[in-house]
Amino acid sequence: MKEYADLRLTVASSPHVSSPVGTRALMLDVLIALVPALCMGVFFFGPRALVLTAVSVLGCEVFEGGYRILLKKPQSGGDLSAAVTGLLLAFVCPVGMPLWTVLVGDFFAMVVVKQLFGGLGKNFLNPALAGRAFLALSYASSLTGWVKPGTKYWIELGQTGADVVSAATPMADLQSGVLPWLGSSEASMRDMFYGNVGGCIGEVSALALLLGGAYLIFRGVIHPRIPTAYLGTVAALAFLFPQGNDPVDWMLCQLLGGGVMLGALFMATDYVTSPSTPLGGWLFGVGCGLLTMFLRRFGGGPEGVSYAILLMNLCVPVLEKHTLPGQYGRKRNGKKTGKGGETA
Amino acid sequence: MQRPFFGGVHPAEHKDLTEHKAAAPLREAPGQVVIPMAMHVGAPCVPTVAPGDQVTVGQLIGEPKGLGAAIHASVSGKVAAVEERPYGGGGRMLSVVIDNDFQDTPCPEWKGRSNPAGLSGTEILSIVEKAGITGMGGAGFPTHVKLSGAVGKVDTLILNGAECEPYITADHRLMAERGEAVVGGARLMAKAVKVQKILIAVENNKPDAIENLKALAGEDIQVHVMKVRYPQGAEKQLIQSLTGRQVPSGKLPADVKCLVCNVGTAAAVWEAVAEGKALTRRRVTLTGGAVAEPMNVIVPMGTPVSWLIKQAGGFQEEPDRVLLGGPMMGTPLYDLDAPVMKSTNGVLCLTKEEVGRRDPAQACIRCGKCVEVCPMKLAPLFLRMNVEQYRWEQAEKLHVMDCIECGSCNYICPARLSLVQSFRTAKSVLRERAAKRKEGKDQ
Repeated sequence: MKEYADLRLTVASSPHVSSPVGTRALMLDVLIALVPALCMGVFFFGPRALVLTAVSVLGCEVFEGGYRILLKKPQSGGDLSAAVTGLLLAFVCPVGMPLWTVLVGDFFAMVVVKQLFGGLGKNFLNPALAGRAFLALSYASSLTGWVKPGTKYWIELGQTGADVVSAATPMADLQSGVLPWLGSSEASMRDMFYGNVGGCIGEVSALALLLGGAYLIFRGVIHPRIPTAYLGTVAALAFLFPQGNDPVDWMLCQLLGGGVMLGALFMATDYVTSPSTPLGGWLFGVGCGLLTMFLRRFGGGPEGVSYAILLMNLCVPVLEKHTLPGQYGRKRNGKKTGKGGETA
Repeated sequence: MQRPFFGGVHPAEHKDLTEHKAAAPLREAPGQVVIPMAMHVGAPCVPTVAPGDQVTVGQLIGEPKGLGAAIHASVSGKVAAVEERPYGGGGRMLSVVIDNDFQDTPCPEWKGRSNPAGLSGTEILSIVEKAGITGMGGAGFPTHVKLSGAVGKVDTLILNGAECEPYITADHRLMAERGEAVVGGARLMAKAVKVQKILIAVENNKPDAIENLKALAGEDIQVHVMKVRYPQGAEKQLIQSLTGRQVPSGKLPADVKCLVCNVGTAAAVWEAVAEGKALTRRRVTLTGGAVAEPMNVIVPMGTPVSWLIKQAGGFQEEPDRVLLGGPMMGTPLYDLDAPVMKSTNGVLCLTKEEVGRRDPAQACIRCGKCVEVCPMKLAPLFLRMNVEQYRWEQAEKLHVMDCIECGSCNYICPARLSLVQSFRTAKSVLRERAAKRKEGKDQ
């Protein structure tokens, strides 16, 4: 052992210990939470779903890494955030989409939306959703060309399985004001819950997404306030303004159908593009829910989740500015409390 | 009933290293003690002894000038030097260096009292002042000043036995072993400031201390058992937990009729008043993975940290850093000859593994965890953004001055950003500016 005078002691500002959970660990948890949804996607849509997802993840890592090499910035692939974006972007694409199209989306998400604005933490739009929006504008047919049952991309489940939904997703029916099933409501509801319906790779299985979301909440990666506010608003609006006969069925269809589960649990909770204040999170979730239902009912397409979240992303600075927590010993408006200092 | 305070974190406790080890005096007293003239909040004391003087234990060697607390010799012997020496506050400080004669000759001025309860409040206050007692929890505010200022203004005396810093168990052992001194001191302080209600707050990870205090407390003292959460022992958070009151920004606990003292301070008051001892020794938890034999020790003030570590069998592993205090708010030492002071509750020698993640700071991902854990309900990520861009006024508007530097945000940050450091920078810049403004007005 060295003499005490020879020790090289670190002198740093306190605190001297830190939580073992770093950015990489958080991102890894998000990836883990998305595995069930990926499995269900592959189960229902076949191996091509896996190929498309892998290409997208790889594409995001390569575009981010390449950009940073070109601009002589330190590499950041280790934080896994690009992998999360790649996975999520693939999840909001239909399984039959050409591979080069998803790469275009990856490029837009990683380079234009994320890196040009400064990289991790600086983008103001959710990269995966912005990538999807870009694809939806540029290659609309790729994004609405839902694969018909019985094509090579599909794996049939049971006897009727994929027959329930033909070329359209349940969302098209919902927008035209009818419940999206032909047979018994119970069987169809079960299909929507497990994910045996048409739609994007990662959005179809509400069960898998809820499992993943529960994992993230249990691990403390996300706080339940945004999903709660988002799904709660969607449920309330669907229940209060139903179309069709049964408000409960209508509500369940709105919750289980389309991308709202994926959006509420994994997209709207993206750290970078959601408010970091607790009250801001609640408002953000409610806003996402309102916009989603508005776009679903009155919008140009059958689904509104991605645009709802993107629009709310733009509101984040305003939300944060007005929802700073009321400090200890101060009222919410920042004024000092009077003598006694009791702020309820 | 315990009300929750805002936020908070759960760092690994590591108290098992020392929590069941009874505090004992050092096996070998130090041959020389170095007693800094500033072991308290306020101005440094003026030495009253010169090299060559003979001193006894408890003899006054430093007289307060302005805000401060008297300083006494902690060993008997000969003054070797009065000069600047390295100390735990950073830099060097005028110190009285005493060569120990190992006789521990007591100072004749100090005598115990058989009936301390018969003393009046003013008498108690003057003994507290004479004994040089300061807050033993870490900040080191002169206790007589705190008590005098609170006379008649407060309705609750809170004794802080939370000890929420990981690793440190000095207060735990004190409450378990010397409960009568804690309770006795609490009664004396309550009498001095004229309050009826005494609360002792202890976190529930110290069952033996709680049992001991409850047995001794009687009807006049309530022992509050609190859930473990950092920073439960921060003054403002403790008041919030126990009374639901919030100290207004920039004000003192007395403004919400509370007086908060550390349990160690209460014991020091008891020892001064009943046992006739000036504050010349204190309990220190010497711990951390780098130390061969973690222990609780009762140490004369001015004992060099290096001496303490040698007494504990030296280092078993090379330390990454040595701290005065706990891992969340402790001060790092760069010179192990720095002495133990009145506010030193622990000497913590952390290994590289204990310090944990050492990867460089990354980009803020705006996860908002810092907002969630901040016990002052600030928004650390926005504060930091402003500090990074030197926007001091903005940081002030976001109440950076209210930051208690507990380190919760820094602890939880997944990007390993040095949040507390940036707030300290902002606070010192803003304080400097305020001082300059005041100067300008005065001229």
